[in-house]
Amino acid sequence: MRTPVTERYPLAFRLYPYVKSPDQTAVTPIRHKVVVAGGGPVGLATALDLGLRGVPVLVCDDQEGVGLGSRAICFAKRTLEICDRLGAGVSMLAKGVQWNIGKVFHDNRLLYEFNLLPEDGHAFPAFINLQQPLFEKFLHEAIVKAQSQGAPIEIRGSNRIDAVVRHEDHVTIDVMTPDGPYVLEADWLVACDGARSPIRSMLGHGFDGRVFEDNFLIADVKMKANFPTERWFWFEPHFKSGDSALLHKQPDDIWRIDFQLGWNIDRQKELKPENIRARVSAMLGPDVDYELDWCSIYTFQCRRMEKFRNGPVLFAGDSAHQVSPFGARGANSGMQDADNLGWKLALVVQGLAPDTLLDSYDSERVYGADENIANSTRATDFITPKSAISKLFRDAVLQLAETVPFARTVVNSGRLSMPCTYDGSPLNGPDVASFPARTRPGSPCPDAPIGADWLLRLLGGNFTLLAIDADVPTTFSACGIPLSVLSVSGRDNKALGERYLGNATSAVYLIRPDQHVAARFEHFDEEVVAAAVGRAIAKDVVDA
Amino acid sequence: MLETRPNFDRPDESYALLIKAHEGLSEAESHAMNARLILILMNQIGDHAVIAEALALARNVRAAT
Ligand SMILES: Cc1cc2nc3c(=O)[nH]c(=O)nc-3n(C[C@H](O)[C@H](O)[C@H](O)COP(=O)(O)OP(=O)(O)OC[C@H]3O[C@@H](n4cnc5c(N)ncnc54)[C@H](O)[C@@H]3O)c2cc1C
Repeated sequence: MRTPVTERYPLAFRLYPYVKSPDQTAVTPIRHKVVVAGGGPVGLATALDLGLRGVPVLVCDDQEGVGLGSRAICFAKRTLEICDRLGAGVSMLAKGVQWNIGKVFHDNRLLYEFNLLPEDGHAFPAFINLQQPLFEKFLHEAIVKAQSQGAPIEIRGSNRIDAVVRHEDHVTIDVMTPDGPYVLEADWLVACDGARSPIRSMLGHGFDGRVFEDNFLIADVKMKANFPTERWFWFEPHFKSGDSALLHKQPDDIWRIDFQLGWNIDRQKELKPENIRARVSAMLGPDVDYELDWCSIYTFQCRRMEKFRNGPVLFAGDSAHQVSPFGARGANSGMQDADNLGWKLALVVQGLAPDTLLDSYDSERVYGADENIANSTRATDFITPKSAISKLFRDAVLQLAETVPFARTVVNSGRLSMPCTYDGSPLNGPDVASFPARTRPGSPCPDAPIGADWLLRLLGGNFTLLAIDADVPTTFSACGIPLSVLSVSGRDNKALGERYLGNATSAVYLIRPDQHVAARFEHFDEEVVAAAVGRAIAKDVVDA
Repeated sequence: MLETRPNFDRPDESYALLIKAHEGLSEAESHAMNARLILILMNQIGDHAVIAEALALARNVRAAT
């Protein structure tokens, strides 16, 4: 493996040009605490989370920045909340196109519309559309800012990982650079090297699942048009540009259009600009002026690794699981991986939690991946029926949906990414059954306004004791971890009351650093809360 | 729980109506109508567990009896 480092794809932004590191001339390999392989959205978010927690982290990417060409565009509310905690949410929101409404058509008829955020009291909308290169650029900007404030994050461009050898408590990594190879060691390796994950192959892990026999043409076109900022999906569209079509607005007058082409196609032919233009023009009508910005043809698959943790190697994002894009569950679920892993790995590196805490990363995110795979498989099966009988039922649903309301609930053009609730997680502590179900242990905290601020912003990224009209001490630590204490009132706060109290007048919540509920109580009891903290960090013995 | 004991109001009339509803349809149209009918009846049942039992019974009627 002595091939030079090459630019595999054209870059949208050159963010981390190659600089020779002293590690490359060290006599014995330098040991790092955490190496992150890959600087895609998941690798950047993981590094940023660790760095903000004070954990030294080195990112190696075989390119020098963000690849050109839009892949992900739909970023979900939970992703924005995570990015806000990491310092990138505000710029994403400012640039992104916000949307909550989706419309589904059959032929030329509107079947139904849905609102993904039918309630007030959230800092972020259900979704923004933002080109993935911009999403990554904003994460990188947040990294640069964190670095300037002392966060121990380093990114090495044109550093391609060519070999990984696993030992009991560390890994050895062969890296190739423009100046030749060198060797690194790491206590922990987080493989965020994408769906084709070379590291997964190097370590001989499988990646099983299903390929869908269909091709989708993705065309980003630049035009001035006044379609509303909604997600529009057509089954068997009247303009006949594909078996289905999808239209989405992105920033800077770019529109994302997807056409379903079927299985047996001639890719080269379909990618000819004149053939793409024929489909796009049929859809937009003769009078719309547009330019093709970026086009590609994809087939989709749903698959995952059996385990996301293998000793000192952790897999996150597309390297661990891949879904078809209907539902925008790819990058959005990868961001939840980063969110779940960051605090756990930090506590383990800092010696505050046993390394078995990382097994809960595996169990919780495998659970999340299975939910995402189930959802996007169902959507893809509806959009691309895999047998004659499946098509018969699909068409029956579409036909009924026009006039009969119940059938609209079965129409599936993608169930859009929702954060996972870790029901049954070993980290979950006591619950109060009469409190609202949506904030049960394992749930991601729903946002709520608190004065002029927002609950999730006030929660931040530490273990937090959230007291709602309840008495708690002003400072509290358990298992060597100082907790943040946040006291708020549910009186005259409808959103907070509905989401966290239900019929109760007071409550105490233990919130994890990833803003999921760990446990909840009617009253504060030092021993009980400390035990719940212990449980949430996989520590059986509480030594508070 | 799935009702496997007689539950029809008027079994003969209901059955005759089912056959009559297909009259004059081509085979493809009949299949399409059946598909719509199944969806309508599934919604009427609503309960996922009952639907699952019904599907299992239909799929494997020998093993179930
Ligand atoms: C058409 C399309 C539309 C999509 N739409 C959406 C959407 O709307 N919403 C959504 O959430 N998701 C969407 N996705 C999915 C999303 O793009 C991916 O889930 C996301 O990019 C995964 O991020 P990642 O960081 O895990 O991997 P990647 O983005 O693939 O990043 C992997 C990184 O690892 C680097 N790398 C690879 N090998 C090495 C090596 N040997 N050494 C060092 N570095 C290496 C690569 O250069 C790259 O930078 C879409 C995908 C497609 C194809």
